[in-house]
Amino acid sequence: MSEELLYWQALNRALDAELAADASVFTLGEDVGLYGGSYRVTEGLYAKYGEWRVRDTPISEGSFTGLGVGAALAGLRPVVEIMTINFMLLALDSIINGAAKIPFMSGGQFSMPLVVRVPGGVAHQLGAQHSQRLEHTIMNVPGLRIAVPSTPQDAYWQLRQAIVSDEPIILLEHEMLYFSKGQVDVLAEAPPIHRAVVRREGHDLTIVSYSRHAILSQNAADELSKEGIEAEVIDLRSLKPIDWDTCATSVEKTHRVLVVEEDCRFAGAGAEIAATLAERCFDSLDAPVQRLAGLDMSTPFNGVLEAATIPQVPDIVAAARELCRPTQGNKAATKSTPSLKPTSPGQATAGVTQAAPAAPKTAPSETAPVPKAAAAAAGKGAPAPAAKPAAGPAKGQRR
Amino acid sequence: MERDTLHRLLRDMLLSRAFEERAAEEYSKGNIVGFLHLYPGEEAVGAGIINAAEPSDYIVSTYREHAHALIRGTPARKVMAELLGRASGMSGGMGGSMHLFDSKRRFMGGYAIVGESCPIALGIAYAVAMRGLSEAVICFFGDGAVNQGTFHETLNMAGLWRLPLLFVCENNHYAIGTEIHRHSAVVEVFKRAAAYNIPAEQVDGMDVQKVFEAARRALDRIHDGGGPQFIECKTYRWGGHSMADPGTYRPAVEVKAYKAWDPISAAIREVEFRYPTQAELAEVGPDNIGHLTAHMVEAGHLAEAEIEKLKKEVQAVVEDAAQFALQSPQPTMEAAWAHMNCNRHHEVLI
Repeated sequence: MSEELLYWQALNRALDAELAADASVFTLGEDVGLYGGSYRVTEGLYAKYGEWRVRDTPISEGSFTGLGVGAALAGLRPVVEIMTINFMLLALDSIINGAAKIPFMSGGQFSMPLVVRVPGGVAHQLGAQHSQRLEHTIMNVPGLRIAVPSTPQDAYWQLRQAIVSDEPIILLEHEMLYFSKGQVDVLAEAPPIHRAVVRREGHDLTIVSYSRHAILSQNAADELSKEGIEAEVIDLRSLKPIDWDTCATSVEKTHRVLVVEEDCRFAGAGAEIAATLAERCFDSLDAPVQRLAGLDMSTPFNGVLEAATIPQVPDIVAAARELCRPTQGNKAATKSTPSLKPTSPGQATAGVTQAAPAAPKTAPSETAPVPKAAAAAAGKGAPAPAAKPAAGPAKGQRR
Repeated sequence: MERDTLHRLLRDMLLSRAFEERAAEEYSKGNIVGFLHLYPGEEAVGAGIINAAEPSDYIVSTYREHAHALIRGTPARKVMAELLGRASGMSGGMGGSMHLFDSKRRFMGGYAIVGESCPIALGIAYAVAMRGLSEAVICFFGDGAVNQGTFHETLNMAGLWRLPLLFVCENNHYAIGTEIHRHSAVVEVFKRAAAYNIPAEQVDGMDVQKVFEAARRALDRIHDGGGPQFIECKTYRWGGHSMADPGTYRPAVEVKAYKAWDPISAAIREVEFRYPTQAELAEVGPDNIGHLTAHMVEAGHLAEAEIEKLKKEVQAVVEDAAQFALQSPQPTMEAAWAHMNCNRHHEVLI
């Protein structure tokens, strides 16, 4: 029995179900109670469960996350909401020095059933301090686990699984997905929380992505199909651990890999994915694993520039097309990196089924400067309809 | 105060002192490596506070916590073995000196980030309050921690929600190597609690009776639902911050003056180090020798023979602990992985 829900509604259902099922579950964070949550995820729960189980906190990320760690040590199952991942930087001591290490450094005496829910990602012109992704910051920490649901169904499943788990789990929720719709079957059997899923089958290349960009990658695959390129799209669903088997099985079939991520390219999640798949699937690969990622740049406020800092559907299409070009494409791939191409504002979210998030959206001005990012592939004759080769912000990207 | 209580306090302090002296010895021999933060000088705080607690109360500590664990009742063998990183240590050799855990005794860990114990204690107290239990959580920290954001954030939330939390500041006057007048705008730490509506008092942390009595009062209020309490114990560490720190930044006369204040030596009328001269003491103000200890001996609670017996007893415990630790096996990499994945049992994983 499935019904159509928004992503935030699916999270709300999951939290409600776990609060009802287990008296040791509670949630806390800024404005989660009376206000109902910045993205409505905790809506209605304060009235239903009371202030002790749905706790509004002061703006003290470091200590209320630490509160979650302590409560988990005492046997509760806290679900900490940090309003955005940018604020999680203030809570890293509790997460990295505390939650990740206590079960280990106590010699296995304690469980750590802590869930930290963090919205993040580039949304609509929230500025450099509210647009980060930061998954790499926590991916590198032994003892943590990271889930990255991209659909309402996964949001429902993975939040429930995270709450039941005795290990600390960070749930990275993309701010642009809260108002996306999808079918949710609350009775369906969930796959394991860290299992990747093949969203679309194909045989020409494998696109590995996660979170919002897993959806953009599916949209890109639909475009590619019109050109006769059939991309297999893998939604990782989890960044720690990563389901390498699902990826490798696909690569053995397609022989080409494009990793797509929203986060900055340098030392990001994509670097880990590309390196491991290159090691593991070397014999199967017909071309080096390629990465398409956000620019190594703080996110500009200007809407057009902002959109140009992260991969958009046309960028994914172009990178995939380049990767699939016989021989010539391979040479190009070894010499250059598919870089981002500027897109018009209308293309920024092309094909993504989503409504506007709670954050205010300011339409980019028609007269806003349009960046002319250098198209690495353009000089090699790759069709790049949206891009004009020019010196621009992306030039330094390849260094 | 009852004779039995006084004897328990003195025994715990003697055990703590003897244990730390042995730990320093093993460190010098190379059997203990890494950081080693010793407790001598501060024993009255740990003994007074922890002896006032119920077994159902929780304790969250810092990286200077060997004595806290011993006083709480963790066998000296398991503490010493952990200092040596052995498999038989209380944290399986995974934690070391700064990360002692004993879940059975509700000893919720030593934490090595200054100020980190505060939010963890806050969370445990939240769990107690949410369950409506009559238990208290004791949170140890030093004067260095009171300038961390987590300290203030925690006091605010504890005060706001009236959580069953006893804050215990072991004010040894040094934030690692910086004296309190050089690190705090307000050096009377207990005054800070007023900003968060938390009752607070300052006690002589060299006087175990006063510490014990203050802790009893505070814990009684907490167990009765009176909300958080705060005790500042003014104390002093004999040594540097850790074994790696000779502590030479401290004026010799200051160290001597505090050593003259030593509750143990005063208690048993034995002074193993030189008292400061009258001239030296005049430089640092009035001397405070022997509150507790004068009382103990004068009240007839202690005889010379008992002192010797107690000393021998704790020495034997420490010797046994050291031998046990030295003979214990090293933990394996398999054990390390098992601890790493100790909570991976709920789900089907990849």
